[in-house]
Amino acid sequence: MQRRVTFPNRVLPYLLLAPQIAITSVFFFWPAFQAVKQSLYREDPFGLSSAFVGLENFRAVLTDPNYLHSLRVTVVFSLSVAVAALAAALLLAVMTDRVVKGRGVYRTLLIWPYAVAPAVAGMLWLFLFSPAMGTLAFLLRRAGVAWDPLLDGDQAMLLVVVAAAWKQVSYNFIFFLAGLQAIPRSLIEAAAIDGAGPWRRFWSIIFPLLSPVSFYLLVVNTVYAFFDTFGIIHAVTGGGPAKATETLVYKVFNDGYVNLDLGSSSAQSVILMAIVIGLTAVQFRYVEKKVHYA
Amino acid sequence: MIRFKAALTASALTFAVTTLSAQAATELQWWHAMTGANNETVERLAKEFNESQSDYKVVPVFKGTYPETLNAGIAAFRARQAPHIIQVFDVGTGVMMGARAAIKPVAEVMKDGGETFEIKNYLPGIVGYYSTSKGELLSFPFNSSSPIAYYNVKALRQAGLDPAKLPKTWHEVFDAARKIKASGWACGVTTTWPTWIGLENFAAWNNVAYATDANGLNSLTPKLKINEPIFVDHWDRIATLQKEGVFQYGGRTVEAKNKFLSGECAILTESSGGIGDMIKSGMEFTTGPLPYYPEAAGAPQNTVPGGASLWVFAGKPAADYKGVAKFFTFLSQTPVQARLHQVSGYLPVTFAAYEQSKKDGFYEKNPGREQPILQMIAKQPTDNSRGIRLVNMPAVRDIENEEIEALLAGKQDAKTALNRAVERANAAIETAAKAVQQ
Repeated sequence: MQRRVTFPNRVLPYLLLAPQIAITSVFFFWPAFQAVKQSLYREDPFGLSSAFVGLENFRAVLTDPNYLHSLRVTVVFSLSVAVAALAAALLLAVMTDRVVKGRGVYRTLLIWPYAVAPAVAGMLWLFLFSPAMGTLAFLLRRAGVAWDPLLDGDQAMLLVVVAAAWKQVSYNFIFFLAGLQAIPRSLIEAAAIDGAGPWRRFWSIIFPLLSPVSFYLLVVNTVYAFFDTFGIIHAVTGGGPAKATETLVYKVFNDGYVNLDLGSSSAQSVILMAIVIGLTAVQFRYVEKKVHYA
Repeated sequence: MIRFKAALTASALTFAVTTLSAQAATELQWWHAMTGANNETVERLAKEFNESQSDYKVVPVFKGTYPETLNAGIAAFRARQAPHIIQVFDVGTGVMMGARAAIKPVAEVMKDGGETFEIKNYLPGIVGYYSTSKGELLSFPFNSSSPIAYYNVKALRQAGLDPAKLPKTWHEVFDAARKIKASGWACGVTTTWPTWIGLENFAAWNNVAYATDANGLNSLTPKLKINEPIFVDHWDRIATLQKEGVFQYGGRTVEAKNKFLSGECAILTESSGGIGDMIKSGMEFTTGPLPYYPEAAGAPQNTVPGGASLWVFAGKPAADYKGVAKFFTFLSQTPVQARLHQVSGYLPVTFAAYEQSKKDGFYEKNPGREQPILQMIAKQPTDNSRGIRLVNMPAVRDIENEEIEALLAGKQDAKTALNRAVERANAAIETAAKAVQQ
């Protein structure tokens, strides 16, 4: 049985919806439409002359080795962020779940980084690890590590992955902790009585029961790494060195905003839009069906 | 992209609202990117101009960083809400020049406004950069700087070098850097803005072409020439020094300045505008000319300015331009220019302001402050040193930076790096020129 709320007034529901629709139209539909339109034109930055070029911008983007490179960077970056953030959060959640005293304090502190804006998070890590002024960078170098993320692409990637993952750990932590607390104690106790050690209990009971949450988080984290890490990359590496950390989103920004190539930038953002739609579809199709939140 | 567009719309809306509140005096919008002390200078200039007459009111509006200001201006122009005056950084010069229909040349503004304007009163190295190849001034030079070399005096002494006899050529600088490193200093030499200093000014100062067609002055599609032997040799030396730890790359913009300020690197090539931070740090430093290669014929020639200039948008009522012309005349006054130069550390735009600063004894009290001017006015600019015009300079610098980073990381040699930079940049210029020309 489904309960349904009905409005006696036929106009009221539309009125209530109107603000949301207006905001979505102004800040999403209209710009999205503009992006699609712009992606079919070649235009100078000032809009003084513009020519319809059909799918030329898309052809140029998709055959550009730099774009494919950026795609690879994005995949490596997103998977690394997702795996690192999930693993760290799971570990912390399992540990916190066992703590008896001061659990609230641990929880609060672990949730904290989520409130930090991406650009600020990026700056924090930059202050620690920038070769020119970073405190930890100085210590690393003193310890004999050739730490130079300004030139070493792998180190730069490591730095943005850690910064991005650090920010996402909190979010994952909340979900994992909630998931852990939803597991019936009796199951774990029964396993313990049957002689399963903590390691075995974790892998045979807890981990499988957490899998819906894990899958949900994997999708959310990948989307986060794809689209919400712009601020971090912008603050820490600016996409460098030599494009080593230039993700798809960063490339859209750089080509449009810095290089003023609006056609190419729009084509890229249309492709990104397609990717978001695809990811969302996957999430609805598989995740919503399989996860029982109750 | 979506957020970017939303931001553009929002800024255009804000602008529409501010223009509604126009008063009796004709308001002239001036968008700029100056922060801190320089922002105060801008506000003060506007206030002084507004108090000096009652027909016009200059309204300075801070629009963010240089690229943000340029983008705000472009978005406003597209929304037919452009300001009168916009401050555009050196890299954006080619972008603005590519949009001739969007701008009104300053020379024309002055003529139509009935203001006298003698281009010969202005420093040629600076106005040349902002003029067409025919000598028509397009934008008003507001804050100009020129790259010079900074030396840590303590490091020089430790390596047994005489701070009174600074190196002049790159060979001498690199030798000094090696000696300093050998004496136990962490890093010998570094640079800010590797493209502006190591390619653009490098070409002008050594009097070699950066690109064909007078560095793009006479064509929309010049071909870069930065893979000529002199560039390759220079960057090959830097790559070797990087491997030895004598040179240490700091980043694409001003980051390397911190390496000098912290005492890590002993020699730095940086904008003359950076001198304020060195003074503030209290460190013992001295400045010298930008190094050159003696084997280059005619070197040292002259440097090309960095910084920014003021552009005037087209499509405003004639009366407004009269006000803009009056404002530029106001800015050119000797006391205003001399003060701007002495307070901000940027270069004076007129000879009179330079003479005034000399008469004030400014250079005796502030050694090193004359160096950037001397570099700019020492010789009449040649086709190699008048300036660089690329319709997509920001994109080209990006490409150059990427290839240089891969070079210094040891992933490719100097020849490959510069060949690739030329090839990629030429293709990018071609595409951008198509968009402007069609």
